[in-house]
Amino acid sequence: MTVERDVMEYDVVVVGAGPAGLSAACRLKQIAEETGKEINVCVVEKGSEVGAHILSGAVFEPRALDELFPDWKDRDAPLNAPVARDDVYLFRSETAATKLPNLFVPKTMHNEGNYIISLGNLCRWLGEQAEALGVEIYPGFAAQDAIIEDGIVRGIVTGDLGVDREGKPKEGAFTPGMELRAKYTLFAEGCRGHIGKRLLEQYNLREGVDPQHFGIGLKELWEIDPAKHEKGLVVHGAGWPLDDANPGGSFLYHLENNMVVVGLIVDLSYTNPFLSPFDEFQRFKHHPVIKQYLEGGKRVSYGARAITKGGYNSLPKMVFPGGALIGCDLGTLNFAKIKGSHTAMKSGMLAAEAVAEKLAGGAEGGDVVSAYPEKFKASWLSDELFRSRNFGPAIHKYGVLLGGAFNYLDQNWFGGKLPLTLHDTKPDHECLKKAAESKRITYAKPDGKLSFDKLSSVFLSSTNHEEDQPIHLTLKDPSIPIDKNLPLYDEPAQRYCPAGVYEVVDADNGGKRFQINAQNCVHCKTCDIKDPAQNIVWIAPEGSGGPNYPNM
Amino acid sequence: MKVLVSVKRVVDYNVRIQVKSDGSGVVTDGVKHSMNPFDEIAMEEAVRLREKGVVTEIVAVTIGGQKSEETLRTALAFGADRAVHVKEEGDIQPLTAAKALAAVFKKEEGKLFLLGKQAIDDDANQTGQMVAALLECPQATFASKVEVEGETAKVTREIDSGLETLEIDLPAVITADLRLNEPRYLKLPDIMKAKKKPIDAMSFADLGVTPGAGLKVTKTSPPPSRSKGVMVKSVDELVEALKSKGLI
Amino acid sequence: MSKILIVGEHAEGKLNAGVGKVVAAAQGIGGDIEVVLFGDSLGEVASQAAALDGVAKVYTVERAENAKPMAAILAPQIVEIAKGGYSHVLFPGGTFGKDLAPRVSALLDVQQVSDIMAVHGATSFDRPIYAGNAIVTVEVPAEPMIVATVRLASFTAVAAGGSAAVEAKTVDAALPSHTRYVGLEAQKSDRPDLQSAPKVVSGGRALGSSENFEIIFKLADKMGAGVGASRAAVDSGYVPNDMQVGQTGKIIAPSLYVACGISGAIQHLAGIKDAGTIVAINKDEDAPIFEVADFGLVGDLFQIVPELTEKL
Repeated sequence: MTVERDVMEYDVVVVGAGPAGLSAACRLKQIAEETGKEINVCVVEKGSEVGAHILSGAVFEPRALDELFPDWKDRDAPLNAPVARDDVYLFRSETAATKLPNLFVPKTMHNEGNYIISLGNLCRWLGEQAEALGVEIYPGFAAQDAIIEDGIVRGIVTGDLGVDREGKPKEGAFTPGMELRAKYTLFAEGCRGHIGKRLLEQYNLREGVDPQHFGIGLKELWEIDPAKHEKGLVVHGAGWPLDDANPGGSFLYHLENNMVVVGLIVDLSYTNPFLSPFDEFQRFKHHPVIKQYLEGGKRVSYGARAITKGGYNSLPKMVFPGGALIGCDLGTLNFAKIKGSHTAMKSGMLAAEAVAEKLAGGAEGGDVVSAYPEKFKASWLSDELFRSRNFGPAIHKYGVLLGGAFNYLDQNWFGGKLPLTLHDTKPDHECLKKAAESKRITYAKPDGKLSFDKLSSVFLSSTNHEEDQPIHLTLKDPSIPIDKNLPLYDEPAQRYCPAGVYEVVDADNGGKRFQINAQNCVHCKTCDIKDPAQNIVWIAPEGSGGPNYPNM
Repeated sequence: MKVLVSVKRVVDYNVRIQVKSDGSGVVTDGVKHSMNPFDEIAMEEAVRLREKGVVTEIVAVTIGGQKSEETLRTALAFGADRAVHVKEEGDIQPLTAAKALAAVFKKEEGKLFLLGKQAIDDDANQTGQMVAALLECPQATFASKVEVEGETAKVTREIDSGLETLEIDLPAVITADLRLNEPRYLKLPDIMKAKKKPIDAMSFADLGVTPGAGLKVTKTSPPPSRSKGVMVKSVDELVEALKSKGLI
Repeated sequence: MSKILIVGEHAEGKLNAGVGKVVAAAQGIGGDIEVVLFGDSLGEVASQAAALDGVAKVYTVERAENAKPMAAILAPQIVEIAKGGYSHVLFPGGTFGKDLAPRVSALLDVQQVSDIMAVHGATSFDRPIYAGNAIVTVEVPAEPMIVATVRLASFTAVAAGGSAAVEAKTVDAALPSHTRYVGLEAQKSDRPDLQSAPKVVSGGRALGSSENFEIIFKLADKMGAGVGASRAAVDSGYVPNDMQVGQTGKIIAPSLYVACGISGAIQHLAGIKDAGTIVAINKDEDAPIFEVADFGLVGDLFQIVPELTEKL
């Protein structure tokens, strides 16, 4: 349908109010203040508020924050739980675990000087700083697509509101999306951003680099018995319930106020189609090392999000005419440290500095901000990512024990500068073995105290979507789930989705039907990544829809 | 005709609220807040009345701390011309709120007072009725339809036995129910313009309002959980059981 | 000792069933319980009120202006009576009481308590907040008096075995003329509205088709109940989405809820947590709904539902 759209113009539009996007916005305004040259910045965010769609462990390294706001403490940044101790475990079975002596822990997993935070709350705080600096932030507005004219990115268009399930405008409610045009547009949608995905293809940004690699992170926030709480304790683990063919890692951090976060990251290169990351996470919590903290506590929230873990080797070109990728949309997470927030922030700041230079030089916009990749290469960010470039590939190639040993050597003895680079060239969605060749996993029923079912979990994410709107999980070919994925892989979407969106149910005519419960979607993007047929394309639903994560 | 719309900042209706383990209240830190949905409906009605030419000025009013300003900006984005922020922190009970709102209404010389029938946090369903009592003017609660003609309004209300229509003289208070209208989506340019619209700040003292004793909350608990009942083995058994409970 | 005034609701010569429940709540407070009725010609209503166990006295205030219950008209009259030594003024928590009580409360300069669900004493009560997702216990100042509405779903009506005295009362209060009654469009009686029906039957995805939903409609009609459905049934296209019961559909509180072929996902349970009695029929004995159902029957709904319809 052709629609008349309003247009608003800015110097810079930022898509996504996460750590990268907000840092970029703040930095632009700081530079504007320093140089006395105004820069109008607009940030659009699909969540109902800043932080609504953000979740992360998270153990936060304050390096980039120290640069952006050296006085963050005086400004009451929510860094309230300094790391007190790091415990690293190798979970050997359902009941057994070995604690690694500190000596054998890779340097990147040492967290002195870091803080356990809620990334959602940090972003809320960053949002406040940004608004105080004059950034316009618009939550509840989903960027639907980039405006590309003559091969140049000119901004973005927000989604139409008030469209019914069949795609028809609703009488009296239809509100067309608008065009937010900018000299430069920064894409900070996080892992597997849907516009970022298109830009990577449009501008062939992936040429010559390893494919991107992903994980799915599932996390819960718990209020536990004060007697069991040790503020500042960081627990990391590898091994059970996962294994070398289906790798991953776990975490449990003690925040302030008797709150604890617990989570599992499952590498999306996993091979068994019967694996359910959600159920692995639920059964993981029964391990004595974890149970000892959670028992008697109350689960307060749940969420899940895909993680970009390819690191240095998978970094695509970061600029194209009129725009750039920052944060996890680019792929800046440091998997060796399992930290992506400080790197996202730094990438946003570097992009902002490069864009500000362009604007100061009187640029009209729409050209390539080549200073950004140059600054990137010269920064500590690039150095950090380079040093940890082998971590992920090592685990993939050599498994947890040998890969871990390799990483220990690489990080602790060679500072990440081992003169060899391991490449992981198989895309995650090609990793699944056929169902016929794989072992079915029977997961125990959740006990309702430590482990729970999917729907009860989604319930706690406060997820909601406007009912009557087009389904935002689109299929290139609607027949593939039942005709191909089901016989070949037992349609793994039923399992890898952490929110129970996809079901295979009996159809009226006796066959099977692929049911999509879009209402449950927590915007994690795992389906877009892991579908073996790459048939599911996630697009942004109506703004404000999705989770409303509290303190995640 | 000037209409006042009272709006309240509440925990968003999508949020799964958590009761604090020490029973001291509900967790409100770090959770999404937004305008009370019933107040959104009242705002929408005010804007529709202006589009019909009945109303010439819309003033939004809220009582709350600093963060309540967000709610006023939303009201201004909806289409309110001005806003009044009665800046007071802490728990404000309906009677005190009503006294303040009545005072603002009198000050503004309003003709119509619109607000939601209840706020989804406290669920008191009192404030509108109390404002009407204090102003000695008509009240039409749970409105599902509003027609204004000159100095009177015809309001259809959703009551237990069906739809009741009252005719009331203005000035009057009307509280909005769910089916009165469907609020529009806010447009980005309107949200932008809202940042520049004027907000007058004042306090209870400015309005001559002194909060009274009010209710004291001694404990907050989660709702009683339903427990497993009885498994019956046949339809006959079920019918017996329901009959004995007087349900059929 | 408490002296409690209950404002009675009635229509078309019948006392509203809620009044008996308010009396039950009043008994929890203790003390003298008196009922006041307003109307233009009350007829039998007064003796119905007088018959409620525990009621000591019934007052009738009959005047032309009271023909229809309008808050602005009744409130000043209630205030005048209440000032005659009452410690509590209680209202049934339906739309009548919700509309009227706050006006009375404000005229008395008293902070009202809404939706009492439990009585702990003369000044301490439980009430629901956040749509019943949290319960607060409130301590209410006794002076000058306590005004409250009573949540009807939380109390069982007292029996009707009494015979209190009925006395006509004249009230001097000046009454406004700014509110005028125009008319009432009664609830259509074919199938009760899902949102307010006292009995509801719902079907889930197990029904398998919109044709199969017929058995649910038949059972509902036999029971005089409203009809609802789970999200799964709606998403499968068996019924329209205004029938959806649950977190993102309708949140209802019928006295009787019969869930047929509904597994009981938490999102659905969020829509029925305040139902009086929940009956579950499902062929899966592990279905979560059996954890919260008051009566559960494991079996094939295609046999059970028609059998139930027949045997009612």
